[in-house]
Amino acid sequence: MSKPIIATASLAGCFGCHMSILDIDDRLLELIELVEFNKSPIDDIKKFTKKCDIGLIEGGCCNSENVHVLKEFRENCKILISVGECAIMGGLPAIRNGIPLRECFEEAYLNGPTVVGNEEKIIPNDPELPMILDKVFPCHEIVKIDYFLPGCPPRADLIWDALVALLNGDEMKLPYEVVKFD
Amino acid sequence: MSQYVRFTIDKTECMAIKGQYIVEAAKENGIYIPTLCNYPGVKPKGGCRICTVKVNGKLMTSCTTPVAEGMTIENDIPDIRELRKAIVELLFVEGNHFCPACEKSGNCELQALAYRFQVMAPRFPFQFPLRRVDASHPKIIKEQNRCILCKRCIRAIKDEKGRSIFAYRRRSSRVEVVVDSKLGKQLTDELAQKAMDVCPVGSILVKEKGYITPIGQRKYDKMPIGSDIENMQVNKI
Amino acid sequence: MKTAVKKTIEKYGSDKYRLMDILIDIQSEFGYISREAIALIAEDLGMSEVDVEQTVSFYHFFSQKPTGKYCIYLNNSAVANMMGRAAVAATFEKELGIKFGEVTPDGLVGLFETSCIGMNDQEPAAIINNHIFTRLTPFRVKEIVRDIKEGKDVSEMLVADYGDGENRSDLIRSVVSNNIRKIGPVLDRDFKAGQAIEKIIKMKPEEVIEEVKKSNIRGRGGAGFPTGLKWEFCRNAPGERKYIFCNADEGEPGTFKDRVILTERPRLLFEGMVIAGYAVGATEGIVYIRYEYKYLQNYLENILQKAREANYLGKNILGKKGFNFDIRIQFGAGAYVCGEESALIESAEGKRGEPRDRPPFPVEKGYHDMPTVVNNVETLCSVVKVILKGGEWYKSFGTHESTGTKVLSISGDCKFPGVYEVEWGFSVNDILDMVGAEKDDVQAVQVGGPSGAIIAPNEFTRILGYEDLATGGSLIIIGKNRDILNDIVLNFTEFFIEESCGSCSTCRIVPTLMRNKLIKILNARGVKQDLADLQEWGKILKASRCGLGQTAANPILSSLKNFPHLYEEKIQKNKTYDSGFDLNAVVKESAKATGRVPII
Repeated sequence: MSKPIIATASLAGCFGCHMSILDIDDRLLELIELVEFNKSPIDDIKKFTKKCDIGLIEGGCCNSENVHVLKEFRENCKILISVGECAIMGGLPAIRNGIPLRECFEEAYLNGPTVVGNEEKIIPNDPELPMILDKVFPCHEIVKIDYFLPGCPPRADLIWDALVALLNGDEMKLPYEVVKFD
Repeated sequence: MSQYVRFTIDKTECMAIKGQYIVEAAKENGIYIPTLCNYPGVKPKGGCRICTVKVNGKLMTSCTTPVAEGMTIENDIPDIRELRKAIVELLFVEGNHFCPACEKSGNCELQALAYRFQVMAPRFPFQFPLRRVDASHPKIIKEQNRCILCKRCIRAIKDEKGRSIFAYRRRSSRVEVVVDSKLGKQLTDELAQKAMDVCPVGSILVKEKGYITPIGQRKYDKMPIGSDIENMQVNKI
Repeated sequence: MKTAVKKTIEKYGSDKYRLMDILIDIQSEFGYISREAIALIAEDLGMSEVDVEQTVSFYHFFSQKPTGKYCIYLNNSAVANMMGRAAVAATFEKELGIKFGEVTPDGLVGLFETSCIGMNDQEPAAIINNHIFTRLTPFRVKEIVRDIKEGKDVSEMLVADYGDGENRSDLIRSVVSNNIRKIGPVLDRDFKAGQAIEKIIKMKPEEVIEEVKKSNIRGRGGAGFPTGLKWEFCRNAPGERKYIFCNADEGEPGTFKDRVILTERPRLLFEGMVIAGYAVGATEGIVYIRYEYKYLQNYLENILQKAREANYLGKNILGKKGFNFDIRIQFGAGAYVCGEESALIESAEGKRGEPRDRPPFPVEKGYHDMPTVVNNVETLCSVVKVILKGGEWYKSFGTHESTGTKVLSISGDCKFPGVYEVEWGFSVNDILDMVGAEKDDVQAVQVGGPSGAIIAPNEFTRILGYEDLATGGSLIIIGKNRDILNDIVLNFTEFFIEESCGSCSTCRIVPTLMRNKLIKILNARGVKQDLADLQEWGKILKASRCGLGQTAANPILSSLKNFPHLYEEKIQKNKTYDSGFDLNAVVKESAKATGRVPII
């Protein structure tokens, strides 16, 4: 029997959740025995080469590129999991959500204290750039998400326990100490 | 001599002093009823609705309803559990609760209830309202993004003449808790600290202080909110 | 300004419980309540400014910004829309050059929306500086704006002819029509002021209560609590003073019968309050009237004055030693929730109209924490007839469970909208016949306003009464050509969102979420799960403190139940999941800001 396949992505996140995946320490070796990785920054596979069993999403969606990646994951993964606060509720990037986008742009590119040398007063507009969304969206407000692992980042033990339970078809155990929002 | 009354909570026989609010009476019988807008020593104002129980089959807030002889109270039953969880989720989507960046994280009662009810992600869409941070007062910051409008500060904090320092402004979903611009400036260190302590979330913060307790040692890091009551030794009457 | 504000405060004895009156006067005089005015009030009443502001900011008709020399409030109720409000609203905006919520740059005119103003039988209607304008048309709007620009006084802008009945009297002079179309025992003219007082002073208070109990009359506001029992509770409750409140805050969209009673039968109403006062041992009565009916103020004050002169009010009434009772009028300032009795009391005490936690009930602890009876206008009027003709007589009307009659406010798609007094037990079909609605043209009837239910023709055989369709008396007839979800359900849901006092988490948040979900369905993005969600979310509201919160989901829940096909035909059959996310829509702002063509 072939091994279950996992894919991961970091959207509008800080890679902290991926770090937490790595933080399962020596169980990493066990994980590699248990599963095969497909599209993921961990193995640097850029494109889906096959359908996956589990997709782990870090980060919410702040631009059109994030939305496309998320939708691609939804199409290619049987189970999709939001990992961490940003994926679940927008997280830190979503602090801009109450503020009109134009004001955010002006602060970031025109008037902010860190702006230097933008004499032409350009808000980046290269066609190559993804379009910024008017707010940062939690993943489940765009596509269907099957499970949520909260935390900033989610505790390594929570990620490990959740994966093992899913792979074994067991019910997820959620011990009080590991389910935290910070 | 005080008069005692008998009643049941989830079929457990209980006894308490007549006229005591259900939530207090339950506590004395070792039963935890979750609360949020309620605060010991402050007049209750059933606002958050989390302490809702069924009293003789009818939905009532246990922080405002006194116990009476023969009452049948249902507390830990599926539809009430579901209701409470839904309310916690409502409060999360109503404001902007970025726990990782909050000074009160780990000591926050809203967060603690979400942990207790195992809220993994709210069922409701996030509203992401535009809210201000009011840092105009010398001693405190009023962080409106995190305010859950529970009125604890409104009820608990008054000046020496009994005037309100905090009050509601507007109505409907536009309602907010604001600080009096004059009295807010005269707030003593003691009252400022009391206001922060009274706030169940991180909406009232004493300036120039924060993140004092390390992660792991905060109030709700290890044990769920309410477990102190549930683990209490109750002297059976 | 300072002197004027100080004078107003003094007029009400520097009593912070009269804050509503102080604010109403200041709002009328200056068109808004300024920061300085708030500071002065706070200082004189020994309150903090936030304390004053929490009341000011609660009520729709108080403003902290200037509202214009001419302040126009155009009603936005569902029936107003049905009767052509859109064209009227557009004409106002066009002629004035401003949008709703704005004031013209010269400060002359302010244009605002407002919830149902109790004129459903003569919509579209507006309030301009406390004067009512009904049956507006784009043409009429142009006339009004022309008159405003010519600087005419609002009282000169009314039409050549006034409305019917007392609306023509010198103290009202309004274009409002009563449209009384059916008179029963309560609205009957067979009443002379003082008649019932003559009778009760020969009775013991307990006997009065007994007679009322015998009639089995129940509260006409909608909740249907037995009136006699309420009086008895209040009489028996300990308290050094007791109060009688008349709830004339009728804010339920589609209800206007109390306006008609206040116009045509005020003596009957005041007599009912005197009877109640005698029965429970109260010395003061307060009529809490919604701000929208302020145009009746001088007329009603005059009648009260006449009653005092005749000693129907005052000390030792009609020679009965120790029977002292007087009535004052308390106006609200625009808040539907104040129709809830404990919120009404809070408001009358000068506070935000937030319902209280119960127990204790007002009959134990009401106004100023004293035992208080709050009765509906119609209840108090009916009681006079019960006293005059006896409880047994009263019971001969209506059904076993619901004795007596009900004054109905009927509006919408029918030939004869207006006020009808019928016996309880009429079926919806009977009513449709009565008001000239072609049954084949009727798609639905909204019974009891937004907090009631919308019913389909298969239920038109149901009868009005506490045992079947309980109602405060509003019936809105909805014709075949109406879009129920857009025109009715969405409008009503938005009404509840606006009118929530905001203190219960449930009522403050859930209706907005349900409205958004309804819009998602109307935008053809709904899936079956959304309908289930609406059902589930609606249940959460049942945990709210008051009737407003508990019924805020009724427009959606009752239409889901009785008109499921309207929802089902809008939801996507081929999908089980749709977040409603629209990438095109959410990159628009960014495309605009960067000048890019959205590539998605």
